[in-house]
Amino acid sequence: MNKARTNPLNTAAMHGALILYTLIALFPVFVILINSFKTRKAIFREPLALPSADSFSMIGYQTVMKQGDFFLYFQNSMIVTVVSLTFILVFGAMAAFALSEYRFKGNMLMGLYLALGIMIPIRIGTVAILEMMVATGLVNSLMALILVYTAQGLPLAVFILSEFMRQVSDDLKNAGRIDGLSEYTIFFRLVLPLVRPAMATVAVFNMIPIWNDLWFPLILAPAEETKTLTLGSQVFIGQFVTDWNAVLSALSMAILPVLVLYVIFSRQLIRGITSGAVK
Amino acid sequence: MSRPRFRWHIVVFLAPAVLVYTAVMIFPLFNTLRLALYSKIDQERVFVGLQNFTTLLGDPLWSDQFWNALGNNFWFFLMHMLVQNPIGVALAAILSHPRLRFAAFYRSAIFIPTILSFVIVGFAWKLILSPIWGIAPSMLDAVGLKSLFAPWLGKEEYALTTLSLISVWQFVGIPMMLIYAALLSIPEEILEAGEIDGITGMSAFWKIKLPLILPSIGIISILTFVGNFNAFDLIYTTQGALAGPDFSTDILGTFMYRTFFGFQLQLGDPYMGSAIASAMFAIILIGVCLYLFGIQTRMRRYQL
Repeated sequence: MNKARTNPLNTAAMHGALILYTLIALFPVFVILINSFKTRKAIFREPLALPSADSFSMIGYQTVMKQGDFFLYFQNSMIVTVVSLTFILVFGAMAAFALSEYRFKGNMLMGLYLALGIMIPIRIGTVAILEMMVATGLVNSLMALILVYTAQGLPLAVFILSEFMRQVSDDLKNAGRIDGLSEYTIFFRLVLPLVRPAMATVAVFNMIPIWNDLWFPLILAPAEETKTLTLGSQVFIGQFVTDWNAVLSALSMAILPVLVLYVIFSRQLIRGITSGAVK
Repeated sequence: MSRPRFRWHIVVFLAPAVLVYTAVMIFPLFNTLRLALYSKIDQERVFVGLQNFTTLLGDPLWSDQFWNALGNNFWFFLMHMLVQNPIGVALAAILSHPRLRFAAFYRSAIFIPTILSFVIVGFAWKLILSPIWGIAPSMLDAVGLKSLFAPWLGKEEYALTTLSLISVWQFVGIPMMLIYAALLSIPEEILEAGEIDGITGMSAFWKIKLPLILPSIGIISILTFVGNFNAFDLIYTTQGALAGPDFSTDILGTFMYRTFFGFQLQLGDPYMGSAIASAMFAIILIGVCLYLFGIQTRMRRYQL
């Protein structure tokens, strides 16, 4: 870092600093991934070597497959994430449309009310959320998680989407009204397709925190059949601390889906952040 | 002229979002604040006023833990402000250099830790720092610093700092991205005007770019503050609910979880848990207000 500072035009120094930091960022992931394919002996003898024909072993993955129901966990995580995202996008876009399109009494207040949740973490209300979920019998169901994540994601979604909806041309909407389209058709047919890039940004922003959350699965849905992948790997690894093959394989299996999603969506994510959507 | 019809579609558009948000976020939030004023006496819920708070701050059994957690939390936050944000700004400054090749690659690679869950990050670092596996000691050995190695996560004096640095490692991508975006939005003309006046390179960064991105640094600071004061996952994953060794890594999130859910011999107490949650709420609120009214309004903004 210092090199770049004293010698700013030196491209080599800039690349040096960036490569150094890239290595720091990727090293732990790399070590986990390569060692998950090795025999126990090789893990300890040469932790930094790539798996060779000699040291290659899938024993860790076999243990994981036998002991943990990772497909179920994966499926739960998938359901929770996809359904929550759908709710956040549909409800968020509808509310954003109402706030940005119509003038009515209390519009400002409603906007402020919905924006409150951007800064206040939903975790503060956990005690009462658990009490409510117990009372309604939703505890240990995926629905409990979906509701919580939807509520958590809505404030920022409404905020970002209403910024974008203000930019949709009035002439277009009025032309639709003259043609006799209902307000609902105008929203679903004309406006939604135009804010699709903003919807993608909101989706990508919300996807990662929902997928990775440990707090709410731990408190609201710790049962075996509702465990998410994050909670499942936490519990699994906790039980198999001494079985290094199994732990490393479980970690790799938890890394892979996120990494694949990231490779697919990274352009969208980076464009979303850099387009100033969170300013 | 008849009165304009009531516009039902506005209600229909707003209803789902407002209902879910109110029922699952706002209502429980205030309900938690209310529950903090109750206690359980003989299996019944009794209103006790501020007694939970006097216990939390007055009873040494509780207050020691509370101040310990709060102090640790401030240290955790300080480490992020001193390490994460400067590194983030530095990386963004390098990345935003106009003629830098492979910028997109570096950007994506450095952001990877941020997308991983705390469970992965926590365990991965626990393994790497483990004296049993020996990756960390043998790497230090390679640069001749083996004597510096210690089981960092197991020592009271290092554990919290080590965890803070792991968290910094994970989240450096966020300040980097936001500052990068802010730097890209600075118009070329301003930098060219500076160049004509002889301000280039490093001094262009300190004198022109930095003042222009100060608002973004402010936003990052408040995001860091809110994030750190409801952190939980990383410490729970690596050190467990007891936040060992000897509570040296206990922060408000783990303290609340332990109190609310109970652990080992201590029974869970939702009312004391609510009291701690209310304290967290107050701290976050004070932080956000300080930022909104103290810093943001005074910050000079430049019209670009």
